[in-house]
Amino acid sequence: MKQVFALWAARNREYYRDKASLFWSFIFTPLLVVILALSFSGDDTEVFTIGLLGDGTYPGAERNYIAAINYSDRERALKQIQYQQIAILFDPANQTYWLNEQSAKSQLLEELLASELNSWQQQTTSGRQVRYIDWVLPGMLAMNIMFSGLFGVGYVIVRYRKNGVLKRLQAAPVKAWQFLLAQGMSRLSIMLVVTTILFLACWWLVDLLVVGSPWLLLLIALLGNLSIISLALLFASRSASEEFTNGLLNAVSFPMLLLSEVWFSLDRAPQWLQWLAEISPLTHMVRAARTVMLEGGDISQIMPSVLVLTAMSLVFLTAAGWLFRWHQE
Amino acid sequence: MQPIIEVRNLIKQFGSFRAVDNISFDIPEGVCFGLLGPNGAGKTTTIEIIEGIKKPTSGDILYQGQTRAEQFKLDIGIQFQSTALMDFVTTREVLELFGGFYENPAPIDELAELCQLGDFLDSFATKLSGGQKQRLLLAIALINNPKLLFLDEPTTGLDPQSRRNFWQLIEDIKQQGKTILLTTHYMDEAEQLCDQLIIIDSGKIIAEGSPQQLLKQHFGHSYVCLDSSDIGNTLDDFTETATTVNGQIELQTQSVDQTIKQLMEKQINLSSLRVRNPTLDDLFLKLTGHHLRN
Repeated sequence: MKQVFALWAARNREYYRDKASLFWSFIFTPLLVVILALSFSGDDTEVFTIGLLGDGTYPGAERNYIAAINYSDRERALKQIQYQQIAILFDPANQTYWLNEQSAKSQLLEELLASELNSWQQQTTSGRQVRYIDWVLPGMLAMNIMFSGLFGVGYVIVRYRKNGVLKRLQAAPVKAWQFLLAQGMSRLSIMLVVTTILFLACWWLVDLLVVGSPWLLLLIALLGNLSIISLALLFASRSASEEFTNGLLNAVSFPMLLLSEVWFSLDRAPQWLQWLAEISPLTHMVRAARTVMLEGGDISQIMPSVLVLTAMSLVFLTAAGWLFRWHQE
Repeated sequence: MQPIIEVRNLIKQFGSFRAVDNISFDIPEGVCFGLLGPNGAGKTTTIEIIEGIKKPTSGDILYQGQTRAEQFKLDIGIQFQSTALMDFVTTREVLELFGGFYENPAPIDELAELCQLGDFLDSFATKLSGGQKQRLLLAIALINNPKLLFLDEPTTGLDPQSRRNFWQLIEDIKQQGKTILLTTHYMDEAEQLCDQLIIIDSGKIIAEGSPQQLLKQHFGHSYVCLDSSDIGNTLDDFTETATTVNGQIELQTQSVDQTIKQLMEKQINLSSLRVRNPTLDDLFLKLTGHHLRN
């Protein structure tokens, strides 16, 4: 392990002494978060939005300050009232309505419609409002992990191979697995620290919604990082061309970014595209993080993602170790 | 005495190109052994196969009479022809990194003194000049106190003063009794440093022995050199073989005294006169028809 530690320490020094890498890690992402938070903080409360389960009429239907969204899925509609995306949910078939006890809008609308709600049965739910920034932030942190892992590991190893650093290491009593382990551990430890700091900074900056356990988020960050780093090691296992690897990493990272619901939901996307998204580690990282952060999901709820990320890490690492070459002949 | 390295019938093929063509030689322990040849002759491929960096197409390499095992890597030090080092790491940290790979690394301060790195220990390794970087790479190669040191074109790209400083370093290391395998395309470097050498061209060995033995074996003459403008039209009066090199006439002579006497008799201006002995480059020219540096 002496060799692994020596390589780990050297790679860490390379990282934290490089001002450019510190900028991209610590400045760029929080800046993006603040910009997004400001961009999507516009108050559109001129109109009350209510949810309607099934068909039928509902109190206040004729009032022009109330807009309605129809839901056929009861669970989905209940989540929307929990997340304060709608003020009140009406179920005309059962003459029942739900309001969110933590939502001022919910209670205000109930007061406005009080005279018309006499024959309706009240149900209550609770939950903090989920803003776009709350929804998008787990994706942004995952995106940061992905770019840092792919380029910070993959690109660097290819550069090492091209400029002869790997050849120099090959001549020393260092085994390939020791080198790969040191590179992976270095990036993993750096990104866990960076992600934790960013998470705490964003929490403080935009009062992030975190319903579930922070320890589960740490587990997701750990496994997500590991799967991305393993993928990077696989991509960097042979090539000595920075241009080729740069293209390859871009060709993989951008589809992952689009398909993994970092910025928008794939609910309305074709089924084949949704299936395709399942092969991206980013999809599972983002999904598990949102389940914990927004829904307060426990370990059993994120277990499918945890298992997929673990399996991906094992497969990518095995392939990377098998394909790895110190230099091109 | 058992050679430290035995190379047997070594062949390395890259597609249809044969870089190393069935060569065999022994490296005795404690000598500075040179692989001399022009660029592309197969020197680096040969040395990298011996180091274990490249695999041969066929042939055997024996270390102390045995197939190379794990211990081989611990016993050798390597300075490659071109190696980059990690960014943002100081000279001291580079030495600590490579020292971390061995059980008993050499003390960094001793290495820094030997390789004259004391003033640059806290500078980033990537900011060192060419000569400083080569000395750092040599220090890395020495970090495990190796029995066998591989130096692949160690002075290529250095200015004359840095080259001479580096030669002195290698002389100091030779004094420690280490075996050195050196590749170079500089004949003066080979003559200065190597106790024994092989000359390689197109992947084949074309001569082997000590520099002195080889020159004695192939040459029995010296060269009397003059600017061609000084010798004028009288060249036909000389019986010696004459060649023109870079504007100079070189008269190949068995007797320097006799030739100079002849020049004086013909009242030729001797202000540009220079006498030189044959070099390894002359030997290479004689054997292959082209110069080492071409």
